[in-house]
Amino acid sequence: MNAPYGSHWADRSFPEAAKELLADSQVRRNVRHATDVIQAKRNRVVGELPDWEALREAGSAIRAHALEHLDEYLVEFERNCTRAGGTVHWARNAAEANRIILELIQLHEAKEVIKIKTMTSEEIGLNRNLEANGIRPHETDLAELIVQLGHDKPSHFVVPALHKNRQQVREIFQREMHLPELGDKPEDLCAAARTYLREKYLRIKVAVSGANFLVAENGAVCIVESEGNGRMCLTLPDVLISLVGIEKVIPRFRDLEVFLQTLPRSATGERMNPYNSIWTGVHETDGPKEFHVVLLDNGRSPILSDAESRQTLKCIRCAACLNVCPVYHQTGGHAYESVYPGPIGAILTPQLHSMDRGRTLPYASSLCGACYEVCPVKINIPEVLIHLRGKVVEQDQRTLGGKLGVWNIGMQAAGFVMGSAGRFTLAQHMGHLAQKLFVSKSGFIERLPFMLSGWTQTRDLKALPAQSFRDWWAHRELNGSTKNGAAREDRDGQ
Amino acid sequence: MASESDARTAILSSIRGALRVSAEREPNARETEYAAVSREYKQSSTKSTEELLELFTHRLAEYDSGVMRVAPAQIPDAIAELLRARGRASIAIPEGLPAEWLPAGFQFVQASALDAHQLDKLDGVLTGCTVAIAETGSVVLQNAPSQGPRKLSLVPDYHLCIVFALQIVETVPECFTRLDATSNLPTTFFSGPSATADIEMTRIKGVHGPRFLDVLIVAE
Repeated sequence: MNAPYGSHWADRSFPEAAKELLADSQVRRNVRHATDVIQAKRNRVVGELPDWEALREAGSAIRAHALEHLDEYLVEFERNCTRAGGTVHWARNAAEANRIILELIQLHEAKEVIKIKTMTSEEIGLNRNLEANGIRPHETDLAELIVQLGHDKPSHFVVPALHKNRQQVREIFQREMHLPELGDKPEDLCAAARTYLREKYLRIKVAVSGANFLVAENGAVCIVESEGNGRMCLTLPDVLISLVGIEKVIPRFRDLEVFLQTLPRSATGERMNPYNSIWTGVHETDGPKEFHVVLLDNGRSPILSDAESRQTLKCIRCAACLNVCPVYHQTGGHAYESVYPGPIGAILTPQLHSMDRGRTLPYASSLCGACYEVCPVKINIPEVLIHLRGKVVEQDQRTLGGKLGVWNIGMQAAGFVMGSAGRFTLAQHMGHLAQKLFVSKSGFIERLPFMLSGWTQTRDLKALPAQSFRDWWAHRELNGSTKNGAAREDRDGQ
Repeated sequence: MASESDARTAILSSIRGALRVSAEREPNARETEYAAVSREYKQSSTKSTEELLELFTHRLAEYDSGVMRVAPAQIPDAIAELLRARGRASIAIPEGLPAEWLPAGFQFVQASALDAHQLDKLDGVLTGCTVAIAETGSVVLQNAPSQGPRKLSLVPDYHLCIVFALQIVETVPECFTRLDATSNLPTTFFSGPSATADIEMTRIKGVHGPRFLDVLIVAE
């Protein structure tokens, strides 16, 4: 059942990775700057639409409906794409998708391919698999090119090199494109990328892409982009292979009228991104002569069985939840050790891996709810985070180590104490006595002993007050009983 | 490929299992549910033609695209003026572009059959369009007469696009209503010249698509 993770992401916990990244002040500055800029732009262009909430509502309903009938819509897409001259392939997992794509490339004896940014290909580790088989993939999205030439990992799925600033990009380009004189103005860097890639667009015969939407009604594929690198890859090569997650299908062409409003505004803070391409199959006089769609499951279909977390698959990958998240804002994307970082990554990654990977990710959130508020398809991320935390606990409780772990014992004990008013009052009195050893002059507990030390490692606790609220309330009831009692009777009498 | 058809069967049955789909699924349920999707968003325009043109012009300028507005009789003169200002001489044109639009003194090349290398050597491209959206400053091209195949408006470094007032709608949903009948044609939306914000979120005009764009709006 587990999807092979064909990529270079370490299997370490979020706190472990975050600790390392928090020490990198350069990354933190870059991430903070970029997310602040996108957010401000997003808020402006979303704010000017009086029907924004209606668009969110419609987008959410369309995506939910498509998932409810996913099998039917996929079959309908397959039929219409095939009728239009495309070929549809199905891949259960990363290994199957890699094999299908490799065989198609080898069939055309290509030694190089050009690629449009696709997180799905990162998910299956496509580049590494191609390289291992003697095929050179060239990323063409500027940010993905920076990541590829810098031997780095993406940290955001709209702007994968968001953690790099212009000086760092210049260093990478100087070294990898052999341009020692290159300046660090964004214009210079773009011009360098244009020259470097144009030759490849005109020469390389096979392209690999992802897709933003598949339209069941007519077999159309839609790709949204900015630079024109997408259009180059979709239009000029002889063969185009699009690797797409099965959840990306929408019922009708007309549904794009919703997503082409919500996606650009949420993703890059633009009213419309510079380019959208929509096409069906193969056209004799326009574009590739051969078109393949590889539909990828890789752990998606089991997510549908859980009614509470099914909504995860409504995602249209705008990354607005990353930009708004106070946790992502501090750590950047690499702390999530996942192709999909941020709040959506925190719910998607563990589910794609049947809760075997990324088990700390549902905890990488303060549950503030900002992600839900900005989501253009209304995924209630905090709700799913809590649901998944429950699953992690259940999983732990099934093992002896988990059952006897500090966390489980602590929580069971807390549950026992809080389950009865008498026990809770007793615990408060005992806590009040016991804390005397630990309260500092400022009235805070800065360090707890032994098993409890983990709690105070990253926070100070306010000491318990001399009188608890429950004590105060009880006394208040005694002193003012006549008055309160009379008031209650009055109300009852009405 | 036997294993691929196995994969198809396995994925579809995994989805049906997860959704707990029973064999006797109500055949019309899907249509009824789809029709029930609430679409309370703005679907039609409230603006006069003049207001639409103004909004569209404003949006294009914000994208750093050139905009000029002329009456139908002035099309050739306006094209000549724009090409001279941009210093462009050899211009690709698609089939079906009206010959009476073309001014003298420039080299117009029937380009639908040219390959990308040949297109790359030309100074620019001149096309019409299918529909334009005022609210987002977008123009939609399809593989149709006077617009041509997608590579035409992609490879040359300069694009001059002619948009008639009647082709401009206010909202994205109105645009999709107009596209519905030809939704199978290769379709490209462009909103300003190609751009990126991948480096420090600074919008830089002109990466791989045309770096320079002029829109000629034709209105009575």
